[in-house]
Order: sequence, then C-alpha cells, then structure tokens
Amino acid sequence: MLQREGATRIPAGCAISGFINRSGRRTNGSVIVNSIACMHERSNGLGGGYAGYGIYPEYKDQYALHVFYDSSEARIKTEAFLDRHFDVVNLSRIPVRKNPRITDEPLIWRYFVNPLPTKLQDSQLDERTFVAKCVIKINDKIDGAYVFSSGKNMGVFKAVGYPEDVGDFYRLEEYDGWAWTVHGRYPTNTPGWWGGAHPFSLLDYTVVHNGEISSYDANRRFIEMFGYKCNLLTDTEVITYIIDYLHRRLGMPLEDVAKVIAAPFWSELESGKFSPEDTEKYRHFRNVFSSLLITGPFSIILGFNNGLMALNDRLKLRSMVAAEKGDTVYISSEECSIRTMCPDVDRIWSPRGGEPIIVTLDKDAQERV
Amino acid sequence: MNPLFEVIRDPDRCIKCRVCERQCANEVHKYDPDLDKMISDSMTCVDCQRCVCLCPTHALKIRPNENQFRPNSNWSHQTMDEIYKQAESGGVLLSAMGNPKEYPVYWDKILLNASQVTNPPIDPLREPMETKTFLGKKSQKISYDANGKAHYEKTPYLELDVPIMFSAMSFGSISKNAHECLARAAEELGTYYNTGEGGLHEDFYKYGKNTICQVASGRFGVFKGYLDTGAAVEIKMGQGAKPGIGGHLPGMKITDEVSKTRMIPKGTDAISPAPHHDIYSIEDLRQLVYSLKEATNWEKPVIVKIAAVHNVAAIASGVARSGADIIAIDGFRGGTGAAPTRIRDNVGIPIELALAAVDSRLRDEGIRDEVSVVVGGSIRSSADVVKAIALGADACYIASAALMALGCHLCRSCNTGKCNWGIATQRPDLVKRLNPEIGYKRLVNLVTAWDHEIKEMMGGMGINSIEALRGNRLMLRGVGLSQKELDILGIQHAGE
Amino acid sequence: MKRVYVHEDWCLACHLCEYYCAAANSGAPDMIKAFKSEKKPVPRIQVEEGSEVNFAVQCRHCEGKPCVKGCIAGALSVTPEGIVVCDENKCVGCYTCVLSCPFGCIVIDEEGHRIQKCDLCTKNHNGEPACVQGCPNKAIVFEER
Repeated sequence: MLQREGATRIPAGCAISGFINRSGRRTNGSVIVNSIACMHERSNGLGGGYAGYGIYPEYKDQYALHVFYDSSEARIKTEAFLDRHFDVVNLSRIPVRKNPRITDEPLIWRYFVNPLPTKLQDSQLDERTFVAKCVIKINDKIDGAYVFSSGKNMGVFKAVGYPEDVGDFYRLEEYDGWAWTVHGRYPTNTPGWWGGAHPFSLLDYTVVHNGEISSYDANRRFIEMFGYKCNLLTDTEVITYIIDYLHRRLGMPLEDVAKVIAAPFWSELESGKFSPEDTEKYRHFRNVFSSLLITGPFSIILGFNNGLMALNDRLKLRSMVAAEKGDTVYISSEECSIRTMCPDVDRIWSPRGGEPIIVTLDKDAQERV
Repeated sequence: MNPLFEVIRDPDRCIKCRVCERQCANEVHKYDPDLDKMISDSMTCVDCQRCVCLCPTHALKIRPNENQFRPNSNWSHQTMDEIYKQAESGGVLLSAMGNPKEYPVYWDKILLNASQVTNPPIDPLREPMETKTFLGKKSQKISYDANGKAHYEKTPYLELDVPIMFSAMSFGSISKNAHECLARAAEELGTYYNTGEGGLHEDFYKYGKNTICQVASGRFGVFKGYLDTGAAVEIKMGQGAKPGIGGHLPGMKITDEVSKTRMIPKGTDAISPAPHHDIYSIEDLRQLVYSLKEATNWEKPVIVKIAAVHNVAAIASGVARSGADIIAIDGFRGGTGAAPTRIRDNVGIPIELALAAVDSRLRDEGIRDEVSVVVGGSIRSSADVVKAIALGADACYIASAALMALGCHLCRSCNTGKCNWGIATQRPDLVKRLNPEIGYKRLVNLVTAWDHEIKEMMGGMGINSIEALRGNRLMLRGVGLSQKELDILGIQHAGE
Repeated sequence: MKRVYVHEDWCLACHLCEYYCAAANSGAPDMIKAFKSEKKPVPRIQVEEGSEVNFAVQCRHCEGKPCVKGCIAGALSVTPEGIVVCDENKCVGCYTCVLSCPFGCIVIDEEGHRIQKCDLCTKNHNGEPACVQGCPNKAIVFEER
C-alpha cells in the first residue's frame, strides 16, 4: 500500500522561483504563476505551491492561519482548540476556482487570529513561540487537520497538481505581494496529500527547496530535541525548522545562519579567506552546530517577514540563478523563468555554492508594509 | 591436558634456520642436533603466528588440535577442558582480548545506503570530503552586540582529524614501545591515544597534546603533572571486557619503569578496585568530574568511560548531567590485557545496541549536545566506524585493531606476559621486537586507509562532511533482525 | 655512499639476515633450493650475539681497505662507487684478507677454496641488500649517512 507523506520519506526534484521588491511595491500573483509555468518540465504534477508576502494588509497584525481539513470533525476539533488559545478575528473558506486538474481537495480554511492574552501569559512564552507551539500541536495531535501557513500578512497556497494549475485554483491574481516564491514538485512517488506540497512554512518563514539533502536524518534527530516535530519527513520541513531555530530562537542573523547550514569547508577556513575573527566564529559554528550542517544538493529560497534569502549547498549541486532589475531581485532554478518575469534585467548571475543572497525591504518600506 | 594447537611443519620446506625456535617465547620449537631436524612441542603453543610469519620458507602452519573428545553438543571440548583446568588449579579462569563467543555482531546485520538518481554521490577524489570531528559539550549560547559582533561561549573540546582514537591501554599491560607507537601515530594522524590506567611514561610527556590521561579506580600514576600534560582526562568507571571489576596487572609485569610510572612498588600486583571508592553513586561522580576540571583549570574536557551494561542509557543520561563532556561507551566485545573468562564472556551488552539506546535517550531528553559519545568495544573496520557514526556516535575508539596493526594475532594470551610480538609484555628481549619506527607507521597506515574508506562510503551516500552522517539512521537498514532489534537500533529493515 | 648500518637496539638475533644473504648469493632461485642443495650456502653477514646486545656485521667497505691492500692475487678491488668486491676467479684462497679484516667480515666459501664477502648485493639480482629486505624489525638499514 502506498504510504501518505509523513509515513514515509519521498525524495523529490523540483523547480523554484521567487522575487522581492525592496521598496515594498506589491506585484500581482499572476506574475509568479507565469514564471513557474515556463519550467513546467521540472514538475510532474504532484505538487505545487506559493508563498506571498504583504498579501493581507487589512489583517497585517493578525496571524493568518491557512488550514487543510480532511473532515468536518477535524475542523470542529481544531476550531475548538483555536477558540481556547486565540481570539479569532475573522474566519472563512479560502476562495478557490474549480480546475479540472486539481482534484481531491480537502476543506481549506483561513483564520486571522490573535493569541489570547491570558493564555499567552500563562504559557510564559513570547508571542511567536506561543503561536509556533500551537501550530505544531495542531499538526501533531489533531488527526486530519494541518496548518500550512501561520505568519502575519503573508500566506501559503499549495496543492497536488502542476504549480500553474495550483495558482489558478487559488485565484492568485486576486492577491498582491511585495515578495512571492513558488515551488513545482517532482516527487518520485505519489504523496497523495496536499500538506506534502511546498512551500513549507512556520510563522512567517517559508521555504521552497529544490534537491534532496543527504543529511536529513542527522538534521531531523537534532532539531527535534528543541520541540519541533518533523511530521512530513520532507527536507523543506526540517530546513524551515533549522532556520526558525537559529534565526528566531537563537537570534542569529541570516548571514550566520547560512554559515551554519552551508558551512565553509575546512580548506576554506584554513585558506585565510575570512578575517581571523570570522574564521574563529565559523570554526565555532562547525563545532557547536555541526548537526545542523546540510549536505547533499539543495537550492532554497527562504521567505521571512521582511525579505528573502536564497542559498545553494556548498558544492552547488543544484542550479540557481539570480538577477536584479532596479529595486527588484529575482531568483530561480532557471534563467528562462526570470526572463518571463522580467525580460531585460540589469544583472544576472549564478550565486556560488554556500554563499547566501539576502535581500531585505528598505528601511522605510519595512515601516510601511 | 591436551594441546590446543598442532604445529605442522613441512619438512620439504624447512631449512632448519631456527628462526622459529629463536622467536618463540613459549619454547615450542627446538633444533635437535642428533636428529639434525627441528622438533616442536605443541603443548605450550598459543597460536600467536610469530613463527609462521617469520619463517622464510613458509614451512609452518598452526591449526587447532584435531584430537577430539567424544562429540557432545552440550559439553563442548572447550568447556570440558576448562573443567579439567579448574579441577587442577582451583582458580578463576583468566583470558585476554575480547569476547570470542558467538554472539550476534550487529554491525554485520546493518547495511549502508548510497545515492541513486534523486541525488548525486560525491567523489572524494574530486570534491572536499571532511572527517574532522570535535568532541565535547556544545554550548549554543550566542548573542550579538549593537555592532553585530557575535559573542559566544567556548567550552573545552578535542579536535580530531579523523573520527577514530586509540582507546585506553596502560603502560604495563602493553610495552613502552607499543605506547610509543600509539603516541606517535596519534600525533601524526591528528587524533588522540589514551594512557589507560597506568600513568604516563616520562619519555612521552612530549606527546601530551595528543594524549588522553586516564584516571581509574587504582589512581595509578595520577598526579597534577600527569593531568596537566594531557589534552583530556578520562575517568574510567568500567571496561567492556570486564564490567564490574577492576584491572589486575601481575607483579611480573611491574618492572622498574612500570613501577616508577605507576608509582607503586616494583614486582607487586597492581590491583584496581572494582569501584572508585569515592564514587558509590552518580552524585559522587559529579564531584570527581568537577574536581578534575578544577585541577586542570577548566581547560580540558572530561571523559567518563562506562561499560555497556543493561541500563546503559539511563546511566549515560546521568553521566551527561554530571558534568562529563564526553561519554565513552565500551561494548562487551572490547579487549583486555587480562579478565576472568566468565566475566569477559558473559557480562555486558553489544555496543551497537548500547550506542543506539544511549543516543536515542540523550536526544529524547534534549541533552545530546551536552556530551559527545565515543564508542569502542570491537570496532573492526571503517564500515563499523561509519555505521557507529550513523547510529549516533561522534567518534570511535579502537584498540584491538590498533594492536593488530602492530602485529597482534589475537592469540589472547596477553595475561602470560610472553607476547611474542613485543606488545603485551615487559620482557626486554620481547619488547624490542616492536620497533616503534615500523609500528607507528603501520598505525598511521591503518587509520589513513580507514579514513579513505569512510570518505568513499560517505561520498556514496551524498554526504561530504562527517557531521551530516552523525545520527543519520536513515542511511542504515537492518537485515535479518527482529522488529525489537530494529526498534532498539532505531532503523528500518532493508526493503522498507 | 649508501651503506648498510645496524641498529643494535632492534636486532632480535633471529639470524634471518644470514639466511636471506646466503640464499641471495647462492645463485639458487629460492631459499629452499639454496639450502636443500648439497653445498650449504655461506652468508656474508653474521649476527654477533650477546646477552643483551645483538647486531649483524658484514663488510663495512671501510676507508683503509686493508683487505684490498693485502690481496696477493689482485682479486679484491674497489668499484668507482667505493664498494669492495672480489673476483672469485682470481682468488687463490690465501686468506690474507681474512686475517687483515678488522671486522672479521670476510668468510670462506662453502668449498673452502676461496673467500667471499658482501658486495651490497650488486652482483646478484636482488637490487637492494637482501639482509636489509629480510630484516623483520628494521634493525639493518641501507642508507646514505
């Protein structure tokens, strides 16, 4: 019998694409749909998904929870849980359009919530940790419920199907965002479950990833010590948790996060390429965070509350191209997809393995969005 | 009594050069001038293979004595022999080296993964392939000041260029030349060797930065200068070959130099107590750990070595919470210079299961990065090392394999003090048979070869740094194991 | 000049060097044939045994070369490399060299009519001195000093 995503590990190849406008100018979702459509051959119709940032300006102070339900029973249980922990400001089904190639859809709901102040205080956690814990709890404990998006003023949309069909299904042309990422999946067998599609997200972190990491179980078994539960057994899930742990919980800047997960080779550290202070720091990282080193091919685009980061594995075993036009930065598996979004880029290059591209909103834009 | 072995000499090949006679400390071979031929008395032969290896015409072979008692599935020949021996001596049976009995070897029931199609294998000849390993507590405390400068806490650690160290063997149980081989090899390989419980010979203080100084229940050779010299201090709570008892070095091995190094009178038996008499429980261990840290100015990691026994996971968890930086676990197949046979053959559990249980427990409790885990007790090849690391070990201790590189043929007679290979002996004429110039290079060769093989296997799995292999149990599959065994090992069956 | 040196610390007095030497210079294809023949080959190296110290000795190819000076038949000579060699066809078996060698390194061959001595295996097909190759403990080395 075929096992559902999470019961077994399914390797997958993929296409990824994304862009960000530094000044916070919002772009329609149809642009990102077109960019992935031209890399159709890199997906096989078994998963696609998007993350858009800045798409819910009217609810920008609430956590937007996107949830898949297998049954009404799961929804009732989850909503009871949400009512106990959150003040639900708005709830609705996510509007979709019927598409002949998108089938077997679960119930898809959206909630805009604020943590209940008393519950938050009792938990002795900061707000984001509280929300993250609630999300992990729903996904781990409530059978048939899966929260697939949980950040503020951002949202994930994903399904089993080709990514362009998924975009059509979710009516992405009705959303505008200052950054978008997308993922088209090529799994080796049928996941059969929408939760397994990408991006994977926790709070406002979203990850789209192309590759298959060889360090998976070393990373998983380590990160699970810190309260995470890798239920999906996917690379993207564990990468998201690692970034969440290092960036949000330990407070490390993304530059240093990149030096942990795609650590410089010892030969680089011995070559004098880095300043003595950085060399010492990276040596320390390779000692202390050794279990968070990710090996094997990967190219990822991380979305977060005010920017994007793109990163390749240190050997650059997966393709990834970046380009710039004015205040917009594009990243994609293939140049063709960038040219679809912007035919006349100012600069286009292939980032080196292990060297992150971090693009954040300009200061005034950060305040605005 | 029957001889255990038969010496077979091919008279057509024997040229009567008498090298066998000169090299056998057990006096098996003799030249008879009247008969003008070599004769052998197999009674004292231990099958150490020294004569076989040195015979220039390959005229010799040693094989088990074909003389058999009446076959009996219940009473084996060996069991009966041991009864005759004890009926005569009234004493405890003694043995050496690791448990030779037919218990399951789990390493041989675990298979490794390799990349196909969905991700690429990596070629270690063309791409960087890293095996550097740090051992010690990992402190994740980090903060950034207003200028973005990172401030972090550094804890004492050991830095290994290969994830393999030489495990504890004392000067006394093995020869000074053997110690020199280990020390020099550790230095050249960028790893560590371990003094065992016999102190450190003054000639070897210069290898201090590659030395782990052991503190055992007898406290032999322990003083401040000794602790200060090493790179780490190891408290030996137990040994895989003989959990629950201390060491016993017979007086005949306590020569002038051994006596001076151990700080005990010449010729007296060196008997380590079974427990540390200042450690009767876990809170006492904590005191010794912190005393040793205090004594070494908090600059050196402290290793606590325990034997793999039934509740090893709980013990390891307690040790991790007692300030130890590294836990060394010694499996029941681990070697020894001398142990009561019944204890060696019947006490303790396999290292594979102990390691899996300890690693899982430490992770379940969220304290895996508080300590590093080093395993020993019959690591026989680079494949064992890779499997151990994938099960969750940080590094491996090897000792039997190291002695084999020096010539040991596992005749398991170390306790007699007549080691023909110059390893487990203090007789000067025998000790000189181990030339450290040759020995250390053979150790370097062995570990270098294993390192190459580890890199090949890692590359096949698409892993280019050893830390991504550590605890990566998805890379392992069991064959022919029960569900219970698979559950304890935390791996799936092949085909799953 | 590369010479054979001994490390008495590592000499085990196993005498294997003697057998490897004798076999290499016997002309026989292997050691068994060399020693199973009628005439037992004589080694050009000899182990001196003591209670604690042992070492092997063979021609030092020494500076003064008294053997060459004393040879009445012109059988002993020095090669351009400095190796003292013996032309067995010229040797008349007067043993003057045996008497004059300060190291006792010149031996009488198996037939007792001629001398033989170490020529650093330059005349056989061994390439490197057989005693060095055969020493199990690197007590004999062949090196430039």
